[in-house]
Amino acid sequence: MRSISPSGTGLVFRSTSQVDIAHAWRALLFACLVAFAVCNEAITEAQIAVRGDVVITMAGEPIRQGVVVIRDGKIAAVGRFGEVAIPEEFEVISAAVVTPGLIDAHGTAGLTGIFNQPHDQDQLENSGPIQPELRAIDAVNTREQLIEYLRSFGITTMHTGHAPGELVSGQTMIIKTVGGTVEDAQVVGQAAVAATLGPGATRSSGSPGTRGKQIAMLRQELIKAQEYRRKQNQPANDNGPPRDGETTASARDLRLEVLAQVLDGQLPLLVTANRAQDIASALRLAEEFKIRLWLDGAAESYLLIDEIRAARVPVILHPTMTRAVGEYENLSFETAAKLVAAGIPLAMQSGFEGYVPKTRVVLFEAAMTAAHGLTQEQALATITRDAAAILGISHRVGTIEVGKDGDLALFDGDPFEYTTHCLGTIIDGRVVSSIRR
Amino acid sequence: MSRAEFGSEACYVPATKIIAQRSENWNMGNRHIAGCQWACVTFAMVLALLVTPPKIAEGQEQPLAFIGARLIPIDGPEIERGTLIVHGGRIIAVGDQQALAIPAEAQRIDVAGKTIMPGLICTHSHVGGIGGADGSGPIQPDVRIFDSINVRDSGFRRAVAGGLTTLNIMPGSGHLLSGQTIYVKLRRGHTIDDLLIYADDGWLMGGLKMANGTNSIRSGGGPFPGTRGKSASLVRQHFIKAREYADKVERAAGNPDRLPPRDIGLEAMQEVISKRRIVHHHTHRHDDIITVLRLSVEFDFRVVLHHVSEGWKVADEIARAGVPCSVIVIDSPGGKLEAAELSFETGGILERAGVLVAFHTDDYITDSRLFFRSAALAVRGGMTRSGALAALTLNGAKMLDLDRRIGSLTPGKDADFIILDGDPLSVYTKVLETWVEGQRVFDRADSEDRLYAVGGFGAGRDQEPYFCCFHEWMMRQYGLSQQQITQQQD
Repeated sequence: MRSISPSGTGLVFRSTSQVDIAHAWRALLFACLVAFAVCNEAITEAQIAVRGDVVITMAGEPIRQGVVVIRDGKIAAVGRFGEVAIPEEFEVISAAVVTPGLIDAHGTAGLTGIFNQPHDQDQLENSGPIQPELRAIDAVNTREQLIEYLRSFGITTMHTGHAPGELVSGQTMIIKTVGGTVEDAQVVGQAAVAATLGPGATRSSGSPGTRGKQIAMLRQELIKAQEYRRKQNQPANDNGPPRDGETTASARDLRLEVLAQVLDGQLPLLVTANRAQDIASALRLAEEFKIRLWLDGAAESYLLIDEIRAARVPVILHPTMTRAVGEYENLSFETAAKLVAAGIPLAMQSGFEGYVPKTRVVLFEAAMTAAHGLTQEQALATITRDAAAILGISHRVGTIEVGKDGDLALFDGDPFEYTTHCLGTIIDGRVVSSIRR
Repeated sequence: MSRAEFGSEACYVPATKIIAQRSENWNMGNRHIAGCQWACVTFAMVLALLVTPPKIAEGQEQPLAFIGARLIPIDGPEIERGTLIVHGGRIIAVGDQQALAIPAEAQRIDVAGKTIMPGLICTHSHVGGIGGADGSGPIQPDVRIFDSINVRDSGFRRAVAGGLTTLNIMPGSGHLLSGQTIYVKLRRGHTIDDLLIYADDGWLMGGLKMANGTNSIRSGGGPFPGTRGKSASLVRQHFIKAREYADKVERAAGNPDRLPPRDIGLEAMQEVISKRRIVHHHTHRHDDIITVLRLSVEFDFRVVLHHVSEGWKVADEIARAGVPCSVIVIDSPGGKLEAAELSFETGGILERAGVLVAFHTDDYITDSRLFFRSAALAVRGGMTRSGALAALTLNGAKMLDLDRRIGSLTPGKDADFIILDGDPLSVYTKVLETWVEGQRVFDRADSEDRLYAVGGFGAGRDQEPYFCCFHEWMMRQYGLSQQQITQQQD
């Protein structure tokens, strides 16, 4: 049994065995309810209350014998069972441990498909090194099996989009892990522009072929975007800002338009950089152009703790279990703990996988941080509250609080333990997964 | 001279006295094949030429008594507070702390609160910067993986940090037959020779790597197959050729004038036909698995099925064939068509069907430091705890013909064991120490060892790893250069 509270004095996760015995009937009831719910569209839209032996709200201490009431897709009440009124017509389901719906702070599922065949791989366009105009919304397949798979582990929100592998590979977006169309699933249509520094985005022939060339190309493109923005803000006759309907100096350029959004701070630049020199380059670039930087990957970030903290840059850390090879060769299982100890905002991610496993599961990656220096509460924050804060979606998701989306993950024990199962996933008050996994 | 079906003991029986033995473990039936005298002569010659192979460490003169730990012997019930005594590189005694007498001269080591279990056995690893068969053809039994291993590769340090003590190091799956594998003990060695495992008759122990399905199929013609049908036909033809070679050798009856010209590839095949060398067969899709079983019957070779992503679909057929499975556990299905239905439940389904199950890391597909995780996720998927722990240890030993020597905490076996700070199936548990043949090869309290256990600056690999199936995406993902990509293509 392990404490969920940083102080070690709070509530504890129950062991799987205890839960199995004590709550077998609940699991059965839950399964029945879920089976019914999934078969009956009307019921899935019904109001729902979720009981947990422990409800980990990530907004205050965990609640022992807690209950979460979800009305019309939003959390309507949270508290101790017996103290919170549950309307009679509400379905009530139970689990040993209830957490906020989990957030994968960076992946590619939806653009990346399970089969790894050309028809289901839309995460990277290789026709040019700088293509920020590629939108994720035009490429996400919300019915992709990988998304369904991730959903079954309690992941309800994911930041997905164009993958690392080109200097600027395209845009990302934030979705819920259920939705018939991308519009249904959309949380944030444009989340960031994805860039990659280091050998992962060099070319054997053509540019960029080196680190130096990468930064030169990026700087030149951003300077072009500055110029573009300046011209866009000027009328053709250069007599003050353009009035409605007045033509501007330059034709509309989707590429520079997006980079201008980065320069304006509307969109962060998500820079995948793993080697220390690439991380330093990202910080330097952000400083020069005053752009919002999300540092991604960051395998050697433990070498630049002070610099990252001084730059007030959040880190979306590589999956803990990514292979320690190439620019990840010096990765450490303890990087997350070092970054959190330094006060650097941190979220975990599933990353991109080119082969097997086709996606990682951010729950498992966070579990490894809990095993290597983070408290369970801190580790859970990297895939709930803190991930939401970095992604700018805290008003919707990340904690179990009244008014937020009714997104929950249900477990039969410590969510991080290898042998625990995710029993179900709820998004906007609907049971969207009932596979015991 | 004829030699019977393999058995766990077969490798330890002097070649000149090979006797009929049936496996208690694999139950492969009554297949019987003529061996060859010539091979025995060869073994004897090799034996004579060999400097005595690395034996059990001789430095450990004083018995060591590890007192008070929870013992997980694998071949018996767990002992809540037990004592393990090792001496001369072997396990001397295992028992309850209260009941077991400790020799007066023994050094006592208090391990109360810790857990001790056998060293883990990985039946399928690619550590060591290996390179097996090249691009010249799909069938290359002449290639020995041990000629390519960098024993200083940090992958070995990570492996001991993960509690591994024995590996089957294999070439990749990009060929129908990519070469001879090697079984190694993770002793601290200066050359690969220090890690090798020899049978009692001096035979250098290893298997033969084969593969079917998409990894060994290549488009664009050339010598490589383009379809599954062609893959099987190439393999069948090669086995026929190997059989003919073996027959010629047998007919020669040791007469040098009648022996065929030596062919080192066919010599390895001859060891497969005589059932001494086990085929370790990469296979994922249900029909590919069945194809392996069909060929193993036709050519009567011993085989372990590796990966078996869709093994859950044909568990009963595998069980009926009496063929063991070494299962890979991966975080998600997919990545290639034949792994799209991979499941955490495979281990449990095979176990319930009566199949002998082990796990493997496929390092660098999964990290050797996380090997326990494979077993734990299989338990999550329905496998029994005891079955999953055996699948990390004794079952793997059986698949390598090493179960007489390793795989359980049993008096007489090698003193290969690990000390844990908690339950082996918990995410929070760490390997504190790894011992091979009575020598400590990993100590988490040592700063250098710890670097390899958790990672950090300087923990990088000496060589790029071999990726089992070349994929440009994978190289891009890890930021490898074009030159490195080219080097990896075979």
